[in-house]
Amino acid sequence: MSLPARRPAQAATTPALVEARDLTRILPAVVPVTLVQDVSFRIGKSEFVAITGPSGSGKSSLLYLLGLLDRPTSGKVFISGARTDDLSPAEMAHMRLEKLGFVFQFHFLLPEFTTLENVMIPMQKLGKLSAGDQLDHATALLADLGLEDFLHRRPAQLSGGQRQRVAVARALANSPDLILADEPTGSLDSVATEQVFDSLRKIVETQKTTVVAVTHDMDLAARMERRIHLVDGRIDWDRQQG
Amino acid sequence: MMLLLRIAATHIRNRMRQTVVSVLGVALGVGFSVAMASLMEGSQRDFTATLIDAIPHVEIVDEQRAPAEQPASTVYDAVAYSGLRPKEDLRGIRNPTEALAALRDWVDGKLAQRLSGQAVLRYSGQDIGMTLTGVDPKRELSVSKIRDDMREGSFEDLGTTANGLVIGDKAAERLGADVGDTVTLTSAGGVAKRFKIVGLFHTGITTSDEGLAYAPLKAVQILLEKPDVINSIAIRLDTIAQAKEVAARAERQLGYKAVSWEEANEGLMEAFFVRNVIMYTVVGAILVVAGFGIFNIVSTIVHEKSRDIAILKSLGFPESDIQQIFVLEGLVIGILGALAGSALGFGLSSYMATIRFEFTQDVEMTHLPIYFSWTHYIIACLLALFSSGIAGYIPARKAARLNPVDIIRGAT
Ligand SMILES: Nc1ncnc2c1ncn2[C@@H]1O[C@H](COP(=O)(O)OP(=O)(O)O)[C@@H](O)[C@H]1O
Ligand SMILES: [Mg+2]
Repeated sequence: MSLPARRPAQAATTPALVEARDLTRILPAVVPVTLVQDVSFRIGKSEFVAITGPSGSGKSSLLYLLGLLDRPTSGKVFISGARTDDLSPAEMAHMRLEKLGFVFQFHFLLPEFTTLENVMIPMQKLGKLSAGDQLDHATALLADLGLEDFLHRRPAQLSGGQRQRVAVARALANSPDLILADEPTGSLDSVATEQVFDSLRKIVETQKTTVVAVTHDMDLAARMERRIHLVDGRIDWDRQQG
Repeated sequence: MMLLLRIAATHIRNRMRQTVVSVLGVALGVGFSVAMASLMEGSQRDFTATLIDAIPHVEIVDEQRAPAEQPASTVYDAVAYSGLRPKEDLRGIRNPTEALAALRDWVDGKLAQRLSGQAVLRYSGQDIGMTLTGVDPKRELSVSKIRDDMREGSFEDLGTTANGLVIGDKAAERLGADVGDTVTLTSAGGVAKRFKIVGLFHTGITTSDEGLAYAPLKAVQILLEKPDVINSIAIRLDTIAQAKEVAARAERQLGYKAVSWEEANEGLMEAFFVRNVIMYTVVGAILVVAGFGIFNIVSTIVHEKSRDIAILKSLGFPESDIQQIFVLEGLVIGILGALAGSALGFGLSSYMATIRFEFTQDVEMTHLPIYFSWTHYIIACLLALFSSGIAGYIPARKAARLNPVDIIRGAT
């Protein structure tokens, strides 16, 4: 294992960065579909967590719930100790903007904007930095990910691995507490997978950001500090490793 | 806001051809409505100006609003009478000097007294029925534009020639008479009097040119056997807008019917109103059609860009932002169309203003009356913006409500 074994500090008094408490998500239909059932866990600051499980086990659904893109049927998500079930849609959007970052399997960049612009859009929306600082910060983020030569390219002019790293840079734009990645390397070859994985690991180490990544790749999952395994929407097991 | 506008702009730029077509749709709507409005208002103003020049602003006539009560009904308390002849009515405004003095006290404008009646004009064995108006020529010229219509001789000569007569050129032509000729006028009461033609006028209105005649008031009073009587007072106001008030006050004061030019031309004013309603209905219809074009393009963009909508939402853009982006797209097209349309409208109306007409008829219009007014541009542009705002709002609502999870799931 390349990572030093670190135990996340989870003293009962310090609130977890993100906590799932009895999360259940059932899609209402003629025959209701249970996506996630009775899931509970606490994830602390600067943890690097893998979520694994067979296809259709509810990993993506769980991530959408943690990322406030979806609301649970029952149970609650706490972020930095605060409940989120009482937030309005606009407040949830603001929470996503300020505290959360997403990386999806497919890059999901805005096709008409350049690499730099894609990374700057969340900063512009949040508006905490001056225009000059936004540019500097975005350039630095992209340089950290080895993309300094591609600042003015459109997504279509980049390789899959490069796009995914732009997506990582964009997720980092507003220095979030939590990055949620849904199979970020799922569509990449082994070299690009390594690059993207490295960049996520570096974030955890250098920026003390928490990363929760869904992955199919058992080799990658084994290299993360903690792994939560889902089967049929329930937690099968949840353990520290390394 | 700038960010949302930039996102909206990229969406529009990617659909250049459709955007241009939509912009053109709005531009045509705005352009034609501006051109139409300037022509309509131009002709309306032209017409009213001519009309106001030609007629008194207020005319007091020797009538009451309600028919005079007959002696029988004041004496006997009955429901109906038959076989009664109404009392012989001595028509005319009595005490004209007092009435005129009373009006002069408060009316800001010029007054002219008249006595009109029917008479038959005879010359070289031909007869024509005429409406003869007795005037004080100086006063008459201060309330009417007859001076501008004079073709031969002069209207002022009525003041120096006691038996002077001014008739229309059509009548003169029919009789074969000319300035300087002496004609005979015979009243309904059988009084005949010789008049000398001192002037010919041409108004362009055939009935006037064939059937109107002016003579000095005194001479007409003698001919019609109504010494010291007049039957109308014409008022030309300094401020036309006061016509209604002045008419109402004069009627209260004198007890005679006083008619403002608006009342006299009520039908015409209604016709103008109906015309404007029709015009704005057509304009509205054009802009609704243009709105469909915008609705179509914004809907297409929402459909195509559902992935981008999901991205923006996952990044933390609230629904209201997403909605704004697409409303902006509609509005940007609307604004571009309104600007292009205003230019088009200005061009069209400027061009129309230069078109000249040669009429063989005696109609005075030689070019299209175009009236330039900011109001036309503002109304057309506001309507265009309103319609494009609505057209963008409907698909924008849909975009704002898209569930990002559905789209993100669908993409994987
Ligand atoms: N809209 C939906 N309608 C019906 N079934 C759905 C819908 N969304 C997801 N599912 C099902 O819910 C289960 C969990 O899906 P998901 O969270 O995407 O699993 P994973 O990411 O682990 O593959 C799957 O069996 C999937 O087919
Ligand atoms: Mg999945």
